[in-house]
Amino acid sequence: MQSISSRSPLGKGFGDPVLASQRCFRLILAAMSEPGTVQLLGEAVEAPAHVSPAATLVLLTLVDHETPVWLAPGLDAAAPYLRFHCGAPVVDVPSAAAFALVDGSSGELDLGAFNSGDDRYPDRSTTLVVACAAFEGGQGVTLSGPGIQGTRTVSPSGLDGGFWPMVAASNARYPLGVDLILSAGERIMAIPRSTRISVPTEAG
Amino acid sequence: MYVAVKGGEAAILATHDLVAEMRRGDPAIPELTTGQIREQMSLAVSRVMNEGSLADTDLAALALKQAQGDAIEAAFLMRAYRTTLPRLGSTVPLDTGAMAIRRRVSATYKDLPGGQVLGPTYDYTHRLFDFSLNGATGEQPATTLADTPLDTRMPRVPDILGAEGLMEPETPPEGDPRPFDLTRDPVEFPADRDVRLQALARGDEGFLLGLAYSVQRGFGGNHPFAGEIRLGEVPVELVPEELGFAVDIGDLTITECQMVNQFKGSKHVAPQFTRGYGLAFGHAERKAMSMSIVDRALKGRELGETAAYPAQQDEFVLYHSDNVEAAGFVEHLKLPHYVDFQGELELIRRLRRELDERIAREAAEAGVLAAVTQ
Amino acid sequence: MQKTVTSPLPPRDEAYNFAYLDEATKRMVRRALLKAVAVPGYQVPFGSREMPLARGWGTGGIQVTAAVIGPDDTLKVIDQGADDTTNAVSIRRFFARVAGVATTEATADATIIQTRHRIPEAPLEAGQILVYQVPQPEPLRKLESSEAETRKMHAWGDYGPMYVRLYEDIARFGHVATTYSYPVLVNGRYVMSPSPIPKFDNPKMHMSAALQLFGAGREKRIYAIPPWTEVKSLDFEDHPFEVQKWDEPCALCDAADSYLDEVITDDLGGRMFVCSDTHYCEGRRDAGHRGRLLGTDAGRALTRNEE
Repeated sequence: MQSISSRSPLGKGFGDPVLASQRCFRLILAAMSEPGTVQLLGEAVEAPAHVSPAATLVLLTLVDHETPVWLAPGLDAAAPYLRFHCGAPVVDVPSAAAFALVDGSSGELDLGAFNSGDDRYPDRSTTLVVACAAFEGGQGVTLSGPGIQGTRTVSPSGLDGGFWPMVAASNARYPLGVDLILSAGERIMAIPRSTRISVPTEAG
Repeated sequence: MYVAVKGGEAAILATHDLVAEMRRGDPAIPELTTGQIREQMSLAVSRVMNEGSLADTDLAALALKQAQGDAIEAAFLMRAYRTTLPRLGSTVPLDTGAMAIRRRVSATYKDLPGGQVLGPTYDYTHRLFDFSLNGATGEQPATTLADTPLDTRMPRVPDILGAEGLMEPETPPEGDPRPFDLTRDPVEFPADRDVRLQALARGDEGFLLGLAYSVQRGFGGNHPFAGEIRLGEVPVELVPEELGFAVDIGDLTITECQMVNQFKGSKHVAPQFTRGYGLAFGHAERKAMSMSIVDRALKGRELGETAAYPAQQDEFVLYHSDNVEAAGFVEHLKLPHYVDFQGELELIRRLRRELDERIAREAAEAGVLAAVTQ
Repeated sequence: MQKTVTSPLPPRDEAYNFAYLDEATKRMVRRALLKAVAVPGYQVPFGSREMPLARGWGTGGIQVTAAVIGPDDTLKVIDQGADDTTNAVSIRRFFARVAGVATTEATADATIIQTRHRIPEAPLEAGQILVYQVPQPEPLRKLESSEAETRKMHAWGDYGPMYVRLYEDIARFGHVATTYSYPVLVNGRYVMSPSPIPKFDNPKMHMSAALQLFGAGREKRIYAIPPWTEVKSLDFEDHPFEVQKWDEPCALCDAADSYLDEVITDDLGGRMFVCSDTHYCEGRRDAGHRGRLLGTDAGRALTRNEE
């Protein structure tokens, strides 16, 4: 028997689509411009089940009928929400997706399955919205590259042990690759493909 | 004293007033109405609709009035307005075979089903001034109805050739996908035919005319026959999602031209004629004919021809046929460029100074050398 | 205290969507901007719309600004470094009308600066966004006219021909004869056109604290430089990159560190050099710096009769 959820299957989207999406976009742009910085998306929104408010706001801001979305197993409850609010086609094949909603704690996450663009058009790559638990308390990794003055250390928690090595390997293919927007609660942090990632080896 | 362009708000607003004054001309002369333009300048209206990519005779007439008859400025007004319009859906493809014909001529057959219909054309006028048009004559032109009506359905010449297998077939790509829309998505090269046709349909008539002419003169490898040119009204149909069947939403006056070109074939493939296609809003024969010749030239790649001439090169044609873009960029040279020009001034003075110094130095050294030798 | 030269701007016109563009178009531009930021210096194709201003007159920059701007922003618009040039006034009026935003001439007060041909003299700060109007985004276009080919050259990092061209200048003139649109290498990967800013401004792009966004409307390309990104002007070990210098300081504010415009004062060879960045020049004059011609007839003609 299905459990009765207090949450409507189709929660509310943006209260003010024009100005709320503009505010969210500026914060996403700031996150992507300065990788590893944490931005608070404070707009009121009713997120679909198992999806954070921040991830929901990112998708409401950027996704529409022109952007196929792929949902990781367990997050497919978001499909009707995205179809209703964004008109976004939900696709079965990760490499066909412009955006993907994934869970960073999953050992199944494979960045190589997504579209990493091609030599002539590296922009035609998937943007992944990655759920994590929080932006502190996790393993510290050091970021450098565009948007970072010197280096920046971040420590999101709730990510699979293989996550950072996989991102580092993906970003080593620059300018090909995928761009990540990590989300936790109402906050986001971006790791574009241009970011170089140094994962500390376990101290013996 | 000359002062650099420092246009304040007041100066800009004054230009708007001055242009309104210039547009009105002598106030003793009655003002044009947009209805007069729509009815009596209809070929200009057609051109503005084509290059403005918007079929609306009233708006085109307004654009012409507002732009003082400048076709490119008028097309620009249409384009800027067009981008703000919501897209409600795509119509069913027009059936030009079902056109209510006003004019239909073929150069490839002496006679054909439906006949040659000359219709309204300047082709057989002698270009002598009709000075009686100087004043308002008040006379109604005398036209009489023919004894028998025209055929309701006139086959298109390429279809006649196609029935015999002589014309290359043109079938939509698999699944008949929605055509590319270059006003919404960036064009990528090489460009497919749907992209090319859309660009040609909104392309500058003068530019396409020049390109078509270049093909005829030998800067392009094909000789076109005017298979057919037809002008008339076609019904426009839309299938609303909620109804699921086509609804007639009105008529559109269009000009269609299909050029028949030399055949292609090989030892194993039976030769067939190739075609170029032109379509324009309103009565716009020169545009439709030029478009069809350039369309055929651009098909060269698919037909294995080398793209040696401008009319055969999609990048060249598509990037340069849009007169609103071209006019904007050429005319942007009116904007101040004095920062860049200062960089050039600084460099040219430095290069000249360095050259003078070197010549002087070499002359001095030569002098020293001459003195030493003596 | 800065003087305001513009008359009151028109109020926001509610007949148009906020910032003119429809929301689907803004989303499309925003997605392109994020990819541009993720791949610094790479030109992202975008579905550039036909705007009510002419192509070549800043439609790319306008679309970028429209996709980014919000009611809380403060906008500065400059052309040739000046706030009061005709096109800058026209674009500022456009945004006042369609977005109702506050506008300013003070570089430090602006959250978004849309520019044509200059980077302000005052260093930009973190959080500011500089939007460039770009006529020709392709730095390789003069070497190769085909877009299909230049795209491959970028894909393969095939920038040899660009260096050859610069070196041919050196062989012929003793200098690289490019004084504006001087190509740069961004983040060690993409050669990028900095738009036709004078090469004097190129060093300001390197490790800037501000986000730099580039919009080419007619050519339908967007590109970006995130803050703190390496931007290197192409040069050679034996011919290092250098910027323009003038023999005299600004005739109005005495600045010796700014880009100068040459103003012809008569038809007998008279000329004066003044800051191209009008706000910078005013700020220095207000702070008490006095150039050689400040207060003379020639100076007064350019200083809005402030003296």
